[in-house]
Amino acid sequence: MTGEKTEFKWVGTRAIRPDGHDKVTGRAKFGSDFALPGMLQGRVLRSPHAHARIRSIDTSAAEALPGVKGVITSADFADQSSELAAAGEALVNYRDMVRNVMAREKALYDGHAVAAVAATSAEIAEAALELISVDYEVLDHVIDVDLAMEPGAPILDEELEPAGMEASGPTNIAKRVDFDLGDVEEGFAKAEVVLERSYTTAAVHQGYIEPHAAVASVSEDGQAQIWCCTQGQFMVRAYTARLCGMETSQIRVTPSEIGGGFGGKTVVYLEPLATALSRKTGRPVKMIMSREEVFRASGPTSAGSMTYRIGATRDGVITAFEGTIRLEAGAFPGSPVQPACMCAVAPYDIKNVRLTGYDVVVNRPKVAAYRAPGAPISAFGAESIIDELAKELGFDPLQLRLKNAAKQGTKAAYGPTFRRIGFEETVEEAVASEHYSAPLGPNQGRGVASGFWFNIGGESAATVNITEDGTAVVVSGNPDIGGSRASLALMAAEELGIDYSKVRPIVGDTSSVGYNFLTGGSRVTFATGLAVVEAARDAVRQLCERAAKIWEVESDGVIWRDGHAVPASSNVGDFEPLSLADIAGQSPKTGGPICGHNAQNVQGAGPGFATHICDVEVDPETGRVTILRYTAVQDVGRAIHPSYVEGQIQGGAVQGIGWALNEEYIYNERGQLENPGFLDYRIPVASDLPMIETVVVEVPNDRHPYGVRGVGEVPIVPPMAAVANAIENATGVRMEHLPMSPPRLLAALDAARLPEAAE
Amino acid sequence: MAKHHVTTTINGEPVEFLCSTRQTLLDVLRDELNLTGSKEGCASGDCGACSVVLDGRLVCSCLVLGAEAEGKTVETIEGMAQGDSLHPLQQNFLEDAALQCGICTPGFLVAAKALLERNPDPTETEVRYWLAGNLCRCTGYDKIIRAVMRTADEVRGEAS
Ligand code: FES
Ligand code: FES
Repeated sequence: MTGEKTEFKWVGTRAIRPDGHDKVTGRAKFGSDFALPGMLQGRVLRSPHAHARIRSIDTSAAEALPGVKGVITSADFADQSSELAAAGEALVNYRDMVRNVMAREKALYDGHAVAAVAATSAEIAEAALELISVDYEVLDHVIDVDLAMEPGAPILDEELEPAGMEASGPTNIAKRVDFDLGDVEEGFAKAEVVLERSYTTAAVHQGYIEPHAAVASVSEDGQAQIWCCTQGQFMVRAYTARLCGMETSQIRVTPSEIGGGFGGKTVVYLEPLATALSRKTGRPVKMIMSREEVFRASGPTSAGSMTYRIGATRDGVITAFEGTIRLEAGAFPGSPVQPACMCAVAPYDIKNVRLTGYDVVVNRPKVAAYRAPGAPISAFGAESIIDELAKELGFDPLQLRLKNAAKQGTKAAYGPTFRRIGFEETVEEAVASEHYSAPLGPNQGRGVASGFWFNIGGESAATVNITEDGTAVVVSGNPDIGGSRASLALMAAEELGIDYSKVRPIVGDTSSVGYNFLTGGSRVTFATGLAVVEAARDAVRQLCERAAKIWEVESDGVIWRDGHAVPASSNVGDFEPLSLADIAGQSPKTGGPICGHNAQNVQGAGPGFATHICDVEVDPETGRVTILRYTAVQDVGRAIHPSYVEGQIQGGAVQGIGWALNEEYIYNERGQLENPGFLDYRIPVASDLPMIETVVVEVPNDRHPYGVRGVGEVPIVPPMAAVANAIENATGVRMEHLPMSPPRLLAALDAARLPEAAE
Repeated sequence: MAKHHVTTTINGEPVEFLCSTRQTLLDVLRDELNLTGSKEGCASGDCGACSVVLDGRLVCSCLVLGAEAEGKTVETIEGMAQGDSLHPLQQNFLEDAALQCGICTPGFLVAAKALLERNPDPTETEVRYWLAGNLCRCTGYDKIIRAVMRTADEVRGEAS
């Protein structure tokens, strides 16, 4: 391995993606585009209460409505025991999952599913929902993470036993995590400057444009097929099998094209309901969420609250960092507080670090992963306080980062010692950029921030089937969320030595390819890419053996070069090179089909680092922030398809800008979501933004043959602090709470202006 | 409830369909006519994924009733490529990687085509404001805007 390959024919080119034509012509089938004959429409009844005991549910009137074929409630799902079960690399608690897909004893958030109906039309299904009567006992609710931790807060789950700490009586704290490196007391004793600050971030939604959708069809013999938009067909299979009491092999899940996920489609909502309804009715059932349901009931990421203390010497060495991070998990445990702690100051070589994290349940939808889960939250505070520290010390903020940068051999507070990483390179590129020294006008400011994400590997399986005419079909099992078919095909073409256009990559269903952990963690091009490279090498090995048979020589006498079998040396004999097509054409006579295969649990993901520069202009009258210019620098290891690498960086940065400036969940006093639509939950639109400049740094990951690191997640980590730091630079006002929306910023500006006016 | 019988022209073809009063044009296209290229991202006019051209006007088909298509012409993403050749916008979206997941792409293409037919030489700001009703969560818009501007340049180049 060891990044051995450096000369490429296909890798690094901007080839047209294999699924592109279908996606520009409207042919591509997304989640809700699938239909079957005789299909019923399913709809979900959702709790209007943030917290309520469900005394009883009467579905008889709904069942009596003509056209209604079946109604389900939690009674249709067996209860699950509370234990953390491995699902691929993820740990899940099926007791919570069965309650999240369908409320049992209690409805725990506005939008929590309490019943579902399948009917011959959507209109009838919707009418039937109105006929279901639920007897609720409304309870006090809590949606704020800090309030939920206070004594006397409404308790979501009386039986919740916190992990990692002792609790005296019922609590909403599900878990405490601790990370310690060195001795923080000693570190602060050495410090000449110490700052302490608190920050909060709002819950934000992944905001994928495609709502969740699923079609399930269960036949009389118990075999089920599911078509859905998901980041992981194997995840859907495992979870649905467990919740519906079926065997995994009985369920075949075919992933549709997926209209965005960003982590939000790594869990199940509709699939178990559609399966249960199909089993009950004997008909295929289609379920689609409305946009409102997506906001009310599918996973946002956590709101967070954190307190940090940082110490440094006057010459700019950070000697200690201490922090407490509190993340709300939504209605069930499982916020990304652990990665939030691990990532907070991972870009820096700080000898003394102590971080404590709390995972806290509140009456909001259960959080789901969102791009580098946890890291953007903790980094907002960390990169803000480091900016203040730089100012305090009279340092350029990038120079302070450079002075404390983690590098090869640095021991990270979360455990490992870094191998070769490219953080310093991202800072150096930012310093050297034309952007960093460009002039600024009045009311304008510039901010910088950095970020870290682990990236992951995980289980991947791939097959490379050589066809009779010498082309190749690559079968792998990760939904293509942003161009991964292109990157996999480029790597296969590279290994096989054939034209990219002769490689057809497809995303297999759960029954036609080996297990693949889901699309997430920035793993597909890295881990599944590695499985594809190894599968292609397996095919090449077979091709060489076949050539040896044809030439009647020993198989080690043949090597593969530029898509041809050639004699390894002149000693082997004098043979004309055999092309892949020549060998494939003769395969029936030389041993049958040629299929390369690889399956492994891939290790060695290379961490990703990024440094962003943001220019803003602040309107002092309204508090409105305009992003004037934005540059994102990132170490990607090796850019397999540079356009999609840039696209990931640009998209991540813009999601971060939305998180910084205006995205948030707004609840009324009854705990109901007030902005469950794109008009009021406003994600960035084209007219809000400038071009997003990218600087791609390539410090190869030495544990991948091409040097690949994941790229999709780290770009969302720096933007919030970069924007906050730019606003401070423009106005002198430090924003410690997200979003930095016009009313909030205006209030802060007014508060800062008041003393002046009083003078 | 009696259904409405609607006679219309979709992508140049005469089409008749039956729809209920509350069905939107988007519902009809997707559920009755199997034209699933137009997408539903919100059903409230906020995302533009359902963009079509109705009698020459760019509209969100989720805000138009199916019955309103009576006697009108509808152009959808399915009618954008001619025979086996892509529209220059489609080609440039592919070449410039102006799509990641692709769910927003039909809406952007239909909207961008309508822009270039009205204004063959738009500034970046004009493109950004025209497309402000089309949401994309994947790309940060950069490559979309570039692909539209490049297409405008090329088409003008050919015309002159
Ligand atoms: S579906 Fe019509 S604008 Fe969103
Ligand atoms: S490409 Fe995914 S929403 Fe635009």
